[in-house]
Amino acid sequence: MGTDAAGLGRGRAMAFILPALVLIGVFLVFPALWTVYLGLTDYRLTGLAAAEPRFVGLDNYAAALTDARFGSSLWLTVQFVLGSAVAGQAVLGFAVAWVARGLRTPVRRAVEGLVLLSWILPGSVVAFLWIALLDRDGGTLNALLNTPGTAWLLDHPMLSIIVFNIWRGTAFSMMLYSAALENVPPSHLETARLAGASTACQLGDVVLPRIKGHVLTNLLLISLWTFNDFTPFLLTAGGPEGRSEILPVYVYAIALNGGRLGAGAAVSFLILLINLVFALIYLRLLRARNAPPTAAAPGGRGPV
Amino acid sequence: MRLPRRPATTLGALVTALTLAVTAAGCGGESGGGGAITLTITQNAISGGKNAKGADWIKNWVIPRFEAAKRAAGQNVRVRFQPNGVEDEVYKTKIALDLKSGRGADVIDIDGIWIGELAQAGYLRPLRELAGAAVDTWEGWKQIPPAVQGLGIFEGRKYALPVGTDGRVLYYNKELFARAGLAAQWQPGSWREVIDAARALKRLPGVTPLQINAGTAMGEATTMQGVLPLLAGTGTEIYSGGKWTGGTGALRDVLGFYREVYSGGLGDPRIQQEAQGRDKSFLEFAEGEIGILAEGDYFWRSVVDPVVGVNPMKNRDRVVGYALIPAARPGAGLRGQDFVSMSGGSARVLNPRSRYPALAWELLSFMHSAAAVEAELGGEARVTARTDVNDKVLGRDPMLSFVAEKVLPVTAYRPPLAVYPEVSAALQEATAAVVSGRSPEEAAAAYHHRLTELVGASAITPA
Repeated sequence: MGTDAAGLGRGRAMAFILPALVLIGVFLVFPALWTVYLGLTDYRLTGLAAAEPRFVGLDNYAAALTDARFGSSLWLTVQFVLGSAVAGQAVLGFAVAWVARGLRTPVRRAVEGLVLLSWILPGSVVAFLWIALLDRDGGTLNALLNTPGTAWLLDHPMLSIIVFNIWRGTAFSMMLYSAALENVPPSHLETARLAGASTACQLGDVVLPRIKGHVLTNLLLISLWTFNDFTPFLLTAGGPEGRSEILPVYVYAIALNGGRLGAGAAVSFLILLINLVFALIYLRLLRARNAPPTAAAPGGRGPV
Repeated sequence: MRLPRRPATTLGALVTALTLAVTAAGCGGESGGGGAITLTITQNAISGGKNAKGADWIKNWVIPRFEAAKRAAGQNVRVRFQPNGVEDEVYKTKIALDLKSGRGADVIDIDGIWIGELAQAGYLRPLRELAGAAVDTWEGWKQIPPAVQGLGIFEGRKYALPVGTDGRVLYYNKELFARAGLAAQWQPGSWREVIDAARALKRLPGVTPLQINAGTAMGEATTMQGVLPLLAGTGTEIYSGGKWTGGTGALRDVLGFYREVYSGGLGDPRIQQEAQGRDKSFLEFAEGEIGILAEGDYFWRSVVDPVVGVNPMKNRDRVVGYALIPAARPGAGLRGQDFVSMSGGSARVLNPRSRYPALAWELLSFMHSAAAVEAELGGEARVTARTDVNDKVLGRDPMLSFVAEKVLPVTAYRPPLAVYPEVSAALQEATAAVVSGRSPEEAAAAYHHRLTELVGASAITPA
């Protein structure tokens, strides 16, 4: 590039960009820096340290990194992201999109509508529905399975919130993959089918190379969203005994319930760093894909 | 059909939260249209839900009468009520955030124990600084006993008007007692006798014999209804003579009692873990599924009350019995008592950022006038802050006279210190550990370690 295609000149180009930069500075960069600063203090919601916070250096970070609760919380978050976003939403979303292609339009619309419904309902309403579903006595699931008294949210807290989040978030992956599948020329699929390729081969060799960018983008977005999702708090409040305390809930517990805003800011910054690592890995993968078009020799590989 | 009611409560709370989020965004709580001055009152109360009676009193009594009085004096004042219906900890967080950001209602109802930490943070200021000499000349002060005034005092200065005080007892279901072959008039004299009654109740199918709050999900309810009365029953206060009680013998005894209840199948360990566990314990007691429940008089007034209760019991007066909480053994309690209790109470403060502090004080003191306090009771009895009202009303309700005559003389109060909530949380964690199977010794040691981090080794009573 390097040329001034729009013919604006440096000054006017800057004038156009400036409002956006100011917005980003005020609403993104400044809060991030403020979080870093708060993380270095013993700032609290109430009490003396709320009026006069002291600078405590890296104490909050050291405390978080040596806190067993942070470690277990991080591990639970990884389970939550892998289970509900990567394995759940992405796979199920693709499956629904792939199957829906073959359905008649009204049926397809109905399926997509139902999946979308779980996505567009407000989180608090959805949480209420799920509590009614999973409640220990009088819950719908126990009535259906004839297992009265099974406390799903207490016995299987992680499983409950993972299934919940799959149900809740599959719509996004489904829509994205539906759009992506439009990019696969039907002629390619037909050719593959005529050549006798199994469904697995069609998916691996014809569809996947076409939509790889969409898959990566989708995974990036949903893992970041899921990593920072607070809705499971409405189901389990992180309990019992912290067994579903994913990182956003952990931050809430120490910063707002415990009133330790400084410690909460430190953990938030750690979460920010983890998110950055996630994003960098995905971007690297995306770039590798866009780099030189390596020989995607058709039929060169075996079934996936 | 048990399902609809509980989710309805949850839904109510969620709807409240949403409504609040929306209204809070749109209000500074002060300026109204047409030259009117607007004042706002907030409380953890909501019509049809939590503390419904208090919410109705504010809407139907306080607001119209205060507005009318001001109109008569030629002032156009409008008063609004911001309801809440959530767990106390959540309400506290919201109030702290409101005050921190310089927003919030003009008159705020809080738990008296929060005053210390809110004042230290600079979120509250003494009433006199805000509203001037009118505070000193208020007629109500001479009606409020010094001990009760203490609920609104921090470091010698008055920050709040106390609403009243309360006491904790053991509630029991007389029908279940009869079925288990226990006497209808029950007053245990020791922890052993409580356990014995629970063992007898255990024979009834589908009944949880004894509910002593535990765990972190219940928050302060665990400390106030569980740990602290039990600790008082061993003759120990959590804070006395400038020192905190560590993981000593007394605390191990308390945790040992928890283990006996929860590992012996006498209590339901599940309720302690659920996000809405305390509400569930209320519901189960009201439906005759819990034999004995340690709770405050709030439970009698606001939960199982046949008319305004969250879980009304039509036959409350016949079925629900109440007994003093016994010391571990006769004479082993605090000050050598046979019986113990814990008390607290809510109080109302002025928001230092109120645009009309003098008017807000007028509203606050109006809410604490004898007529208002009597109206707040709505024909029921409760231990209010005002002696003149108590003298009139306590005879009406045998339970509340019981609290005033039998419980308050043996009760104790929590230390009004900013670090107390964290000590309380550490105690809750210790009970959670025992309920989920750890030994009392282990849990007490972990508590001691946490306490040392919080207050330093020199501020802990030597074992």
